[in-house]
Amino acid sequence: MSSSAGAQGAPIKSTGLHIGEPAPGVKKVDPIIVADNITRTFGGLTAVQVEHLEIPRGAITALIGPNGAGKTTLFNLLTGFDKPDTGEWTFDGQGISGIPAFKVARKGQVRTFQLTKALGLLTVLDNMKLGAKGQSGESLARALFPWFWSKQEKQIEERAIELLTRFKLDAKKDDYAASLSGGQRKLLEMARALMSEPSLVMLDEPMAGVNPALTQSLLDHILDLKTQGMTVLFVEHDMHMVRHIADWVVVMAEGRVVAEGDPHEVMANPAVIDAYLGSHHDEDLGNLDTGVMNAIKELADDDADDDKR
Amino acid sequence: MAHAASRPHPRRAHRRFAAVLLAGLVGLLTLSVSAPAAANEVGLDDYDFKISGLVELADEPLADVLLVIEGGGFRVEVESGEDGRWAVGIPEKGDYTVTLDENTLPEGIAVIDPEDETPNVREITVGQSGSAVANFFIGQGERNTTSLFDQIVERIFNGLNFGLLLALAAIGLSLVFGTTGLSNFAHAELVTFGGLMTLLFGVVLGLPIWLAIPIALILSAGLGYVNDAALWKPLRRRGVGLIPMMIVSIGLSLAVRYIFQMFVGGDTQQLPGATDTTLSIGLFGLSWTDVASMGISVLVLLGVAYFLLRTRIGKATRAVSDNPALAAASGIDVDRVIRIVWVMAGALAGLSGILWAYFRPGVSWDMGFQILLLTFAAVTLGGLGTAFGALVGALIVGLFVEISTLVIPSDMKYVGALVILILVLLVRPQGILGRKERIG
Amino acid sequence: MIDWILLLSNAAQEIISPTTAAYALAALGLAIHFGFTGLLNFGQAGFMMLGAYGFAIATLTFEWPVWAAMLTGVVASIVFALILGIPTLRLRADYLAIVTIAAAEIVRLLFTTNTFEPVTGSANGLQGYKGGFEALNPIPPGTYGFGPWVYNEYDWWVRIFGWSLVAIAAFVTWRLFKSPWGRVIKGIREDEDAVRALGKNVYFYKMQSLILGGVFGALAGMIFILPRAVVPSNYQTSLTFFIYAILLLGGAATVFGPIIGSVIFWVLLSFFSGFVARAVEVGWLPFLSNVQAGQLRFILVGIAIMLIVIYRPQGIFGNKKELAFVK
Ligand SMILES: Nc1ncnc2c1ncn2[C@@H]1O[C@H](COP(=O)(O)OP(=O)(O)OP(=O)(O)O)[C@@H](O)[C@H]1O
Ligand SMILES: [Mg+2]
Repeated sequence: MSSSAGAQGAPIKSTGLHIGEPAPGVKKVDPIIVADNITRTFGGLTAVQVEHLEIPRGAITALIGPNGAGKTTLFNLLTGFDKPDTGEWTFDGQGISGIPAFKVARKGQVRTFQLTKALGLLTVLDNMKLGAKGQSGESLARALFPWFWSKQEKQIEERAIELLTRFKLDAKKDDYAASLSGGQRKLLEMARALMSEPSLVMLDEPMAGVNPALTQSLLDHILDLKTQGMTVLFVEHDMHMVRHIADWVVVMAEGRVVAEGDPHEVMANPAVIDAYLGSHHDEDLGNLDTGVMNAIKELADDDADDDKR
Repeated sequence: MAHAASRPHPRRAHRRFAAVLLAGLVGLLTLSVSAPAAANEVGLDDYDFKISGLVELADEPLADVLLVIEGGGFRVEVESGEDGRWAVGIPEKGDYTVTLDENTLPEGIAVIDPEDETPNVREITVGQSGSAVANFFIGQGERNTTSLFDQIVERIFNGLNFGLLLALAAIGLSLVFGTTGLSNFAHAELVTFGGLMTLLFGVVLGLPIWLAIPIALILSAGLGYVNDAALWKPLRRRGVGLIPMMIVSIGLSLAVRYIFQMFVGGDTQQLPGATDTTLSIGLFGLSWTDVASMGISVLVLLGVAYFLLRTRIGKATRAVSDNPALAAASGIDVDRVIRIVWVMAGALAGLSGILWAYFRPGVSWDMGFQILLLTFAAVTLGGLGTAFGALVGALIVGLFVEISTLVIPSDMKYVGALVILILVLLVRPQGILGRKERIG
Repeated sequence: MIDWILLLSNAAQEIISPTTAAYALAALGLAIHFGFTGLLNFGQAGFMMLGAYGFAIATLTFEWPVWAAMLTGVVASIVFALILGIPTLRLRADYLAIVTIAAAEIVRLLFTTNTFEPVTGSANGLQGYKGGFEALNPIPPGTYGFGPWVYNEYDWWVRIFGWSLVAIAAFVTWRLFKSPWGRVIKGIREDEDAVRALGKNVYFYKMQSLILGGVFGALAGMIFILPRAVVPSNYQTSLTFFIYAILLLGGAATVFGPIIGSVIFWVLLSFFSGFVARAVEVGWLPFLSNVQAGQLRFILVGIAIMLIVIYRPQGIFGNKKELAFVK
């Protein structure tokens, strides 16, 4: 298991993450999350039905799948924002099923949201500071007496500015987050999540709506997280990005994990093509959004590019 | 204890209530728990201490009864007001006698208490609190014979009646919430408006009631339309958020309510036939007005159900409630649906107000506001924004309010319904028929 | 003719009146709830009522000293906040609105019912609880002051006490909202899921906010009853709406807005009510009776609430950018 990222050229991928043949639910050498038998239904609809899933530590895992596959729902379940009908899972070897979201975050598993949640009427800097863990000034009793927390506050501010500089948001630090552009908000949300020094970062569509000019720097940030020893799990529809940075890909469709594996191999898996083209329910092709078709085309292009190289 | 009249004394409060309950009276009039202070008051500004009380005949306030208060060489007379209340200022603490002048009671009524030879005279002490109360609850003997079973049945009918009229108001509130997201506090004033217009046309202008009610309903529907066209639609256009809109509706409610009071004053006035005892059907204390009220409610509710389930525009309404953006995208004219919903909400609320005026009975400036919270409770119980939930919620609230008076004092009957609301939210936050929200 | 000097001097008296102080403090509590945390508390009247009755009942029924009586009111409001908060703080914002308004009505009905008359005085309320507070007055008997503000020693004592509480509460609030605690609270107002995802116990913070603002409400209730008696009909829902009007006037997410809002509100209301009443007396407004003139203030408050929310949602002192409405 080796990992590092080259700033220019193709990033170096982590390999040898799994034990045995890559298949849905395959065992990992060093899993950070192990989930068993998770189901979540909404009325008659089964949004998530995952028998077994392991997320490898210290690697970048992509969670892909067509719209409505249950990716966000799975995120919600794993982070305590939603309660499953059945299922158990561990994080870092500890059972965390059923514990509330804020406790999950405190254990070092921090997420971002598909619909960005920048705190609009807080300044960018305050947004960042809010992310820091273990602030003594956050207790009501001590908040009244600044000498308890002003020193810590300074350190947090330094760290926040450092991160903002890395994300090229430092010039905006005193603006209200509401004044940021959509892409900047995505960056802010990610930077804010990093303020808590997590061991697992879960990003729900970090690239959606981000201007292509920013995409590259965002990719670098994510790769950077890996070099710093964090584990990344992200949901993404942009297949370029998945291929570019993911060490491992988990494919979901209709609530199930239908395939797992190395990004190149998994794209060739017939189950994945099925999932994306929706061969099970061809009667409602109208539902199939064009984004998915584009994704497939992109894949084909990518492979063609690879072949030329 | 079989007699209705008992001696109110602070230490014997429980006994007094037992006596009042045993009297087993229809608690219709005591509904107005937040009655405006229209008591006859003498010398309250002149003196620091006071004695006050309430004169009720068969649970209904009794006006113009003369009371004489004497003690320590001080004497004052006062008459009970429209709401049965009276209050006098007194110069110092000490013992006083309150004498109710039986000559000022209606024909054939007297204060009776087998344990007391002069039940119309009370000895009271004004102690450290600086005030004291002398209430006279005068009962009518023959009503005491109502058996527990009859009482329960009577309560159930009352509860159904009340629940049904509440449902009319609640469904409108719920439809508006469902389609626009607005928690409309000024819905109460739509309810009052129905009652007021019936009063205007049926009593002040003297039209027959079968004509006055339809006119009132048409005007109520019109007011619903005006509400949307003049205020809420422009606010939606401006992109005002839901919470600010809710606060606007609170301001509107306050302003309109007191505008009503400016026009009609603080009194309660009766609609034709509302207090006519000859209309009794002689069963479970029901009157023909009650039967008609329930019949009308059921018919109208069936009509609403048909509208929502079968008609095109009704289906569109449900679609808009479900997901306005999606509905708009699929070609539904959302503004038109909302307009229709407002017109319907206005008419339903107006009808609810008329029936409420017969149920209480009486029309007053804040009658809608008195049931606003119960309406919200009904809507919330059923699940915010679902019309059928509102119906179920309203029936539960209505039945609960009425039946609970068998065990709790009738001036606390709303407490029970509101407590139930809080309890239901504890176990089933999305309401009884509501759905969970999407997260993340 | 209309005595303008009298009208103006009556209005000027409102600047430091204990009622103004009470409303300012209650509005400050509501600013913590609504302006800073985004909690839609429509039951501030209930908190005030518990403060007032807690104080009065502890004094009259249990004959406790002033400090214990005040503590009773505060504890009652904390318990009330817990009862309200436990079921609703996990739910959507509008549920809290309905539950708080319902709970405040429950409290009012419980204090109004004849069932507990020996303790609560039912509809007549309570009086005669001021002895202990009076006894603490350090000001020697006499009348003091200048211009319109001439009062006896008790009236001054009430004013000094009331405004001191307001000042302390404002200082505490100001400190809190410059601290990391305040940052979490404001974050919750913006998006509680985001704050939760950062490892903060949102529920707990909301509860703290509800309690803190509720305690301010209870203290406001105590100031409110020092110059008058406790009467349950003073605590109708319209009391809460008046406080909202003040809060919106001054700016919901500011510390000094509620205080200045309260002063402006009462000065204007006093001047206007006084003017209309006199104008009716001298026959300038023949279509209005005296009673109707009294109702005019409710109509005006209602319209003011609407206009402020629609045209100046940030209030007089709020920052246009930081208009603090929950979305
Ligand atoms: N709260 C909810 N109530 C009802 N259905 C829901 C709810 N949340 C999710 N669903 C349904 O569950 C399914 C999975 O949704 P989910 O948001 O997890 O999809 P996704 O994989 O994240 O899709 P996308 O790529 O479009 O974000 C969808 O069919 C969705 O409609
Ligand atoms: Mg998703």
